Amino acid sequence: MSDLNALLHSRSFVELGARQRVAALLDRGSLRELLDPFARIKSPWLEAQGIVAQADDGVVVAKGTLGGRPAVVAAIEGNFQGGSLGEVGGAKIAGALELAAEDNRNGIPTCAVLLLETGGVRLQEANLGLAAIAEVQAAIVELRQYQPVIGVVAGPVGCFGGMSIAAALCSHLLVTREARLGLNGPQVIEQEAGLDEYDSRDRPFIWSLTGGEQRFACGLVDAYVADDVVAIHDRLLAILEQPGEALPRSRQYARFLDLLGRYDAVPQADAAAVRALYQGDQA
Amino acid sequence: MSTVLSQRGLNWLRALTANAAAQPGYPASVRVVDASLGGQPARYIAVVPDADNRFPRASHGEVGLLEGWSLGRALDEVIAADRDAAVKRTVVAVVDVPSQAYGRREEALGIHQALAGAVDGYARARLAGHPVIALLVGKAMSGAFLAHGYQANRIVALRDPGVMVHAMGKESAARVTLRTVDELEALAARVPPMAYDLDSYASLGLLWETLSVDAIEAPQGDDLARVQACLAHAQADIRTKGSDLRGRLGAANRAASRRVRELLRAQW
Repeated sequence: MSDLNALLHSRSFVELGARQRVAALLDRGSLRELLDPFARIKSPWLEAQGIVAQADDGVVVAKGTLGGRPAVVAAIEGNFQGGSLGEVGGAKIAGALELAAEDNRNGIPTCAVLLLETGGVRLQEANLGLAAIAEVQAAIVELRQYQPVIGVVAGPVGCFGGMSIAAALCSHLLVTREARLGLNGPQVIEQEAGLDEYDSRDRPFIWSLTGGEQRFACGLVDAYVADDVVAIHDRLLAILEQPGEALPRSRQYARFLDLLGRYDAVPQADAAAVRALYQGDQA
Repeated sequence: MSTVLSQRGLNWLRALTANAAAQPGYPASVRVVDASLGGQPARYIAVVPDADNRFPRASHGEVGLLEGWSLGRALDEVIAADRDAAVKRTVVAVVDVPSQAYGRREEALGIHQALAGAVDGYARARLAGHPVIALLVGKAMSGAFLAHGYQANRIVALRDPGVMVHAMGKESAARVTLRTVDELEALAARVPPMAYDLDSYASLGLLWETLSVDAIEAPQGDDLARVQACLAHAQADIRTKGSDLRGRLGAANRAASRRVRELLRAQW
């Protein structure tokens, strides 16, 4: 009966927009959005291409507290241009992380949460999107020295391109079953490598390799949580309470080079072989 | 299909290090050479084609699984070796990378995490006080450039039609944005961040310096001397001005990047 109650009262996180997601996570009453839509800082590049710009460029940044701790949350809106990062949206995330690192150097222990729904670089702003992502990555590594930088990939867009690298730099990474995480989008792999290598229309195949459940089973993310606002919120607070002292995954080259050295790369890869490798039970 | 593999990265790496021996224990696609720059010790790193790469989608000089993690290793070694040194040695990334590796093995095994290993190494080297310089001698594309070069304090590019920075190849970019290649090229001519040529890229303010050379495929003589002098100048500039990436924000075409940061700071 309590299971049924829990189900009836659960609230989907995946279905929330970026601004609602930020509000659902920060402590009640603590949220203060920075560069909100009334600041009207839009992309300077889209309108020349006949694309309607958005007053927040698809990124919501807010300060507040998480379990009483000073925090900044940045959320990418997957419904605007596929969650792609252009100059302004990228600068909002990088700039916020840079200021959080500065806070820490000044004795304020600001942590960060990144809600990632993104296809990566916004190709209409190509090289400025790429540059901004390099700066986001730099800022994650810088802030991670002081406080957790927690990435959340909830879905449904997932996290791809340069922002998948950014996700992989976070001190902790959470996914749901609705998440996908991978460097290259399926269409691009198919375009570059051919249909036999990667069939972008074979959705079960793609989910089997890059879906949240597989990434968790392979140890490529830290937590696999239900699509539920309370579950995600509670897991974030638990991480902030006890961040642990594990070496960040992006520093574990010794382990991954060892595993890849033992991997038989001749046959084409499948989900089971990769799980076996990363779970350490391959002979 | 015959693809001519670019040897520019390898040729410049050899020339800049006077053919010094590469560090052992790395895959053939990642060359790590300890030499000097302007009389100071420096580690030079290049990702180069390896036709026999165990991962076939990374055999043309792409940055793949082994390459990403090995870059992370090459940088971590430098950070560890100089942990207590007063002067941290310089790292020079020689960049000629056509793309990240696009493949099923790569996605399945987590190439995004391998490339994060490389970014992590470069970023931590910079934060630890190592001057990090990227020298662009060929392609610097997308995730490959993020992993190998884009974390540098200073980016130097050679002026040549084969030197190109971009987020995605034209065919794929056209497909993803639902445009034809012709339409993409027409827009690229008007919108500087979309362009594929080096002058447009230079207008974004991300390059510290560009240099013309006479023979980019065969570095020697005056060409080599001028590039070495420029890298040494970059090294000295970093030691004077510090190791962050603020130097990239000055161009008119990055006005929005500056404005966002100013407003964030004001509202913080």
